[in-house]
Amino acid sequence: MSDLLGVIFISIGIIFNILGCLGLIRLPDVYNRLQSSTKCVTLGTCSILLGVLMFFGFNSIGVKALFCIPLLFFTSTVGAHALARGAYWFGVKLADKTKIDEYKDLVKSAKEGGTA
Amino acid sequence: MKYLVYTLIAFGFWLLFTFNLSIQNIIVGLVISILTVVFLGSYFVADVGKLGQPLRYYWFIVYVFIFAWECLKANLDVAYRILQVNMPIEPGIVKVKTVLKTDVARATLANSITMTPGTITIDMKDDTLFVHWIYVPSGNPTEYTHQVVGRFEKYIKKIFE
Repeated sequence: MSDLLGVIFISIGIIFNILGCLGLIRLPDVYNRLQSSTKCVTLGTCSILLGVLMFFGFNSIGVKALFCIPLLFFTSTVGAHALARGAYWFGVKLADKTKIDEYKDLVKSAKEGGTA
Repeated sequence: MKYLVYTLIAFGFWLLFTFNLSIQNIIVGLVISILTVVFLGSYFVADVGKLGQPLRYYWFIVYVFIFAWECLKANLDVAYRILQVNMPIEPGIVKVKTVLKTDVARATLANSITMTPGTITIDMKDDTLFVHWIYVPSGNPTEYTHQVVGRFEKYIKKIFE
């Protein structure tokens, strides 16, 4: 029973990882690519780790897999934020489809004022 | 007192992570937790008294389930957009205000936003969050973002403040 659950979770994880990588190739700019790579890939990897927990139960391997989930979670979100902010301040353009940009004024005034 | 609590948390984490109760492991774990807290404890300024209030844990568990459901919906949404041939995306950056005060609560809110419906927190200046949407909602985007943020704020306020 738990083997079956493990296989199901790992399959879901692999599907989400594939979708995340597909998004990384297809989406137009840095920010949208970060969306797909943080959301799909993090959930996919969390799902794979849960599958590992189901396979092995609460022994040394399973508990390590369980504890990797919050670590992965915080590092990937903070990493995505840092990359997006860094890209914006460096001057990477938003895609042509972009509708509104309310962040522009702040960056502009900070750059002219000389404080980053 | 604060540093003692941090050391205990770090040590508990070490024990669960290594899953090994031999003497060497416990000694190494203690030394490493103490060193970590000595060097990094001063950066972590949350009020440890809050750790002893059980109601916060109850809301934390409720929040984890709500968050997992939102996270799953967000993933299906992004996956759906990627798989479309013409990719129905309308990206944009929206600014939104938060009512949360403490740093830990704000960081949690920003992380939650990054993981849910097609949004990434790009920057935070005082109480203003800048959120990148993969699909800016039609109508009044600021109003809609307020709703999304408000749903998490309610729980985070109960957990951390």
